[in-house]
Amino acid sequence: MTDLSEFDDIPGTTLFTAQRSRKGYWLNQFCMSLMKAENRERFKGDERAYLDEWPMTEAQKQAVLARDYNACIAEGGNIYFLAKIFATDGKSYQYAAGTMTGMTQEEYAEMMLAGGRSIEGVRSIKEGR
Amino acid sequence: MARISAGVTSSHVPAIAAAWDQGRADDDYWRPIFAGFEWSKRWIAENMPDVVVLVYNDHASAFSLELIPTFAIGCADRFEIADEGYGPRPVPAVEGHADLAWHIAQSTILDEFDMTIINKLDVDHGLTVPLTLMFGQPEAWPTKIIPVPVNVVQYPPPTGNRCFLLGQAIRRAVESYPEDLNVHVWGTGGMSHQLQGPRAGLINREFDTAFLDRLTTDPEALRKMAHIEYVREAGSEAIELVMWLVMRGALGEHAKELYRFYHVPTSNTALGHIVLEPTS
Repeated sequence: MTDLSEFDDIPGTTLFTAQRSRKGYWLNQFCMSLMKAENRERFKGDERAYLDEWPMTEAQKQAVLARDYNACIAEGGNIYFLAKIFATDGKSYQYAAGTMTGMTQEEYAEMMLAGGRSIEGVRSIKEGR
Repeated sequence: MARISAGVTSSHVPAIAAAWDQGRADDDYWRPIFAGFEWSKRWIAENMPDVVVLVYNDHASAFSLELIPTFAIGCADRFEIADEGYGPRPVPAVEGHADLAWHIAQSTILDEFDMTIINKLDVDHGLTVPLTLMFGQPEAWPTKIIPVPVNVVQYPPPTGNRCFLLGQAIRRAVESYPEDLNVHVWGTGGMSHQLQGPRAGLINREFDTAFLDRLTTDPEALRKMAHIEYVREAGSEAIELVMWLVMRGALGEHAKELYRFYHVPTSNTALGHIVLEPTS
């Protein structure tokens, strides 16, 4: 049996393993539907009604409505799929990534301009490095 | 006979597409990024390939969770530009080279790589951003493109070693094609970046520099790098760098670095770009 447990050892990082893909299947498929302009319009017209057309869990729907991308990822979402939501909102990857860090958009942008987040201390939960 | 004359890699950050398409390429933020490709644009104009085998990953554009090919090859004559949620990019459609693509598909499959053959494929920023960086905004792209999408979204992606071996198989395929064609192999994506979770914004310049160095000094070491090392050291989305090893495998044992560009930040990403020439 392949041991993928080390993939869960990186602080603040969720890798899209089989288990998460299965959990997030309909959340991610809903996201895919937003690649069509007419679906983006329908979603923007009534987000809740559009979400209710999908066999998603209530937690997944709430995460989408709140644009809580960390919650979306916890519910099995993958960032490249979730990108269809923030694209529909006219937002960028930098915006969405920033919202997941607990920093303000300005703080996040400043950190990137200063060279990005340092690797020191965020390599491993288990080893505390 | 067809021959592989160069390898090119580049990050494919979607914000580059947005900046270019919206006329912001000359802004202070973006100018140094596009300037980093000026040498490459001049170089490629003088060494224009007939065909580029372009290794990239689809970002949930052509492939949803319904179908996730590990290695695939676009065998059509033409590929349309995907609508990724903002409307399709205003760039030319991509012209394929169906005859060489089918030849590579047949050759690599008989060489024991189980490629997925694609006849309809809308290409996303993973493929079009490197074209913009290398060619600007022509009315038609000046070379034919064979898209080779690699899964790096769903775990597990192929190993770096498997990517390298695929590159070697692509080289054997190209060199057995009877027509005299100048072929490039491009690897795209990377370098260090993480787009998700509280660790988003991670950049590891030391890792990236060593990776760029090793493409010429020690590709064997890169072949052995495990997935966990990419993602731990360089961010969850840095796993895209395995695709650079398809390019490197296609160049043969020895390669010379002609040009390198590295820039932080490009949105959330460390942009890396290298031009290599096979010397063996």
